[in-house]
Amino acid sequence: MSPFVTKLESAFGEKILGKKEFRGEHTVLVELSALHDVMLHCKEQLGFDFLLDICSVDHESVHPRFEMVYELASVDDSQHLRVKAPVAEDEDVQSVVDIWKTADWHEREVYDMMGIKFTDHPNLKRILMWEGYPYHPLRKEFPLAGKPTEMPDVAFTGVAPMEGGPFVTSSTATDTVAREPRAKGES
Amino acid sequence: MASPDPNSTNYAYDSKIEGNVTFTQLDAAINWMRKNSLWPMPMGLACCAIELMATASSRYDISRFGAEVMRFSPRQADVMIVAGTVTYKMALAVKRIWDQMPEPKWCIAMGACASSGGMYRSYATLQGIDKLIPVDVYISGCPPRPEALIEGLMKLQDKIDKEESTMDLKRMPEPEQV
Ligand code: SF4
Repeated sequence: MSPFVTKLESAFGEKILGKKEFRGEHTVLVELSALHDVMLHCKEQLGFDFLLDICSVDHESVHPRFEMVYELASVDDSQHLRVKAPVAEDEDVQSVVDIWKTADWHEREVYDMMGIKFTDHPNLKRILMWEGYPYHPLRKEFPLAGKPTEMPDVAFTGVAPMEGGPFVTSSTATDTVAREPRAKGES
Repeated sequence: MASPDPNSTNYAYDSKIEGNVTFTQLDAAINWMRKNSLWPMPMGLACCAIELMATASSRYDISRFGAEVMRFSPRQADVMIVAGTVTYKMALAVKRIWDQMPEPKWCIAMGACASSGGMYRSYATLQGIDKLIPVDVYISGCPPRPEALIEGLMKLQDKIDKEESTMDLKRMPEPEQV
């Protein structure tokens, strides 16, 4: 087990919900209420001075529905840690912009694409879609083809013809012919 | 001024008085002038723009066809080359730039994305720029090679050559339908 995970466990105890190691990568699952404190601890005490990325996962039918994922590293590339926190649909996440400035745009993207709100964010606006777009397109229930919307003089969207798609490749296929992208249900 | 095509009826070309007098039709003269100095508005939106730049550079040299004067102001441009993925966020901006171009104007949809949305069958991408502005020439490819863009430009030149330019001048412009 990575020394960071052990240190986090002794510092936060109950708040650490789980840990995982996969091919030398360490992940800790923490309670949402303790997330900001854990992040601050990681930066100040454990030397994770570099926030690589923030993303979010939609588990759709599972409760809590969402999961925040933070990729921490240090500038000299000597350490890496992934921190995850489950987020229910009606919960807000404490922003980490005050710890790492770079979190600003990452959190805006999470808000835009997944609809998770952040408290104490300095400028929580959409970043990829335009202000006024009514959906959060990376949620699982949102169709890949999109939905029609209209904002006069700003932008509009339509529905893309799918022609039997979306076409997906199979990761378990053994040869390149079987790996060709196909519509679901088509062999 | 002459087309080397001996079958062309547009020009009465006499080599004995070359440089002095040439008889032609007004349409043919206007079209000839228009098609050989097409000033493109480079609407480079994604990877296709790289090929557009290559076409303009020395190796492929689009100036051989009179279209080297890339105008970044729509008011000075004749042909909009839409090179790349048109997202919905960009779509109305492309339309506005098109509206600012003075007549006569033409549009080339360069590449799969500009022609049909390409591989982006998604919520974010306009499925072809022809949903917003009239396209004269579609160029297939992802991206099209510079030769293909030059071929498309030559196709557009052929098309301009057949236009009834003087009649178009007389016609009242129809009110735009939205
Ligand atoms: S057609 Fe291909 S190369 Fe051109 S913009 Fe689309 S994805 Fe890029």
